[in-house]
Amino acid sequence: MAEQKKGWFDVVKSSYVWKSMFRHEYQDTYRNRVLQVSSNVFLHLHPTKIRRHALRLRFTWCMGGITFLLFLILVVTGVILMFYYRPTGEYAYHDMKYLQFDVPFGMIMRNMHRWGAHAMVIAVWLHMFRVFMTGSYKPPREFNWVIGVNLLVMTLMLSFTGYLLPWDQLSIWAVTVGTNMGRATPMIGQEGPFSELLGVDARYDARALLTAGRLIGPATLLRFYVLHCIFIPLIAAVLMIVHFWRVRKDGGISGPL
Amino acid sequence: MSQATTTIPEVAATTKVKERVVEAERLTKLVPDKVHTWPYLVRLEMLVGTIVMAFMTIWSIVVDAPLEEPANPTKTPNPSKAPWYFLGLQEILVYFDPWFAGVILPGLIIVGLMVIPYVDINPKGNGYYCFKDRAFAISTFLFGFLVMWIVLIIMGTFIRGPGWYLFLPGQYWDVHKSVAITNRNWPEIFGITGKIPAGLFGAASVIGFLFGVPAIYWKVRANKSEVLQKLGAVRYWITAFFFMAMMGTVLKVILRLVLSVKNIMVGPYNFNI
Repeated sequence: MAEQKKGWFDVVKSSYVWKSMFRHEYQDTYRNRVLQVSSNVFLHLHPTKIRRHALRLRFTWCMGGITFLLFLILVVTGVILMFYYRPTGEYAYHDMKYLQFDVPFGMIMRNMHRWGAHAMVIAVWLHMFRVFMTGSYKPPREFNWVIGVNLLVMTLMLSFTGYLLPWDQLSIWAVTVGTNMGRATPMIGQEGPFSELLGVDARYDARALLTAGRLIGPATLLRFYVLHCIFIPLIAAVLMIVHFWRVRKDGGISGPL
Repeated sequence: MSQATTTIPEVAATTKVKERVVEAERLTKLVPDKVHTWPYLVRLEMLVGTIVMAFMTIWSIVVDAPLEEPANPTKTPNPSKAPWYFLGLQEILVYFDPWFAGVILPGLIIVGLMVIPYVDINPKGNGYYCFKDRAFAISTFLFGFLVMWIVLIIMGTFIRGPGWYLFLPGQYWDVHKSVAITNRNWPEIFGITGKIPAGLFGAASVIGFLFGVPAIYWKVRANKSEVLQKLGAVRYWITAFFFMAMMGTVLKVILRLVLSVKNIMVGPYNFNI
């Protein structure tokens, strides 16, 4: 019995199929630590080595990462909700009730989507606050701050468009208050300054563009649904790619020079 | 299958792993400021991520999301509130026309945030917490973030009731509450009446505040202040515009509360400030 005894896991690990998936060993060596990050599509968002202070929670509050995690939670719960929800005037509210009372784990999915959205708004603000307080927008990271402000706007827009979808009194009137502001847009809002000069009326003004008509109705619901589920998430995703990429290209997480 | 054959390789394996860890640590220390992302950062992310997800799960089990009656366009609730994160703007709506509070002000906030890195040329305080080196930048930001945003949101969420009147938490929400409005426009305080004179006086007040004050400050200080010279005229004027716009918003709130000023300027085509 001179041969080493191989466990079943060793057999699996030495198989052709396993090796086609995982290019390196797991053993804790200097080389594997690097490969673990650089040969993994998800982890290679990170550099293989980072500055020590970037680990300090007191410095980063981990808020950027938490924001991204909350976005992922919202994507997952949101897709699950989409299986059960129809964005039409006659079905939307009933589908909410259905989700709450009949769909297995429907209520917790809905709760997590709503509270996650609130948490994400707060996390984005705290992230921005932290970045400002550490002066991390200063050169060479100026442009990434601009991208970040755009992501803040996207987060608020995502949250706002999602607010209408339950199609209850809370959502319709909150969105009424919000979109009424569009009516007051200078030049292109019906009640805004100088709109008389352009002959803008309620059917064709900035608010009507947002709400798909003069009233908050089924057309608005569909418009907000598409904005919420497809349009804004796509833009936010593209901005996030640029944001993360720029963090790397601008020298990683900021720190004392 | 004696015991020796199974245990000795295991012992050897663990020793080897330990040696390799020691070696990795030794090599890591050669570049003292840097550590490996795996495991140091990844394990931290794993930990924080687990805590956040556990927190979200518990929150979602314990508290149910609200669902009120079905949407009814013919039944307006009083008060109608925007989503909580916009309540700061809805609060400003008390003091300004919607075109400013709902459109221009949010636009100014967004653009104002975006220009920060381009007008703040102070090289100090990059990458660490520090107040002393950037007192003006941090004070301005804190004022905008805490007072103009967080405090107004808390006000709008908790102490605004029917008719958007102030109610303390726990106080009965009387839907018939009304307060006589005795506001007057800014020019009237100086006895200036008539559409055109009052409009011109109002416009002069607004322009004077937004541009006149920074112009005087520039004239007086530019030659003496090294900071202003480094900043240059273009960056100074951008900074001054956003700063004065923010302060002007606060000033109008104060004027309304103290002197019952309705509008500073009443212009043509609903152009009121």
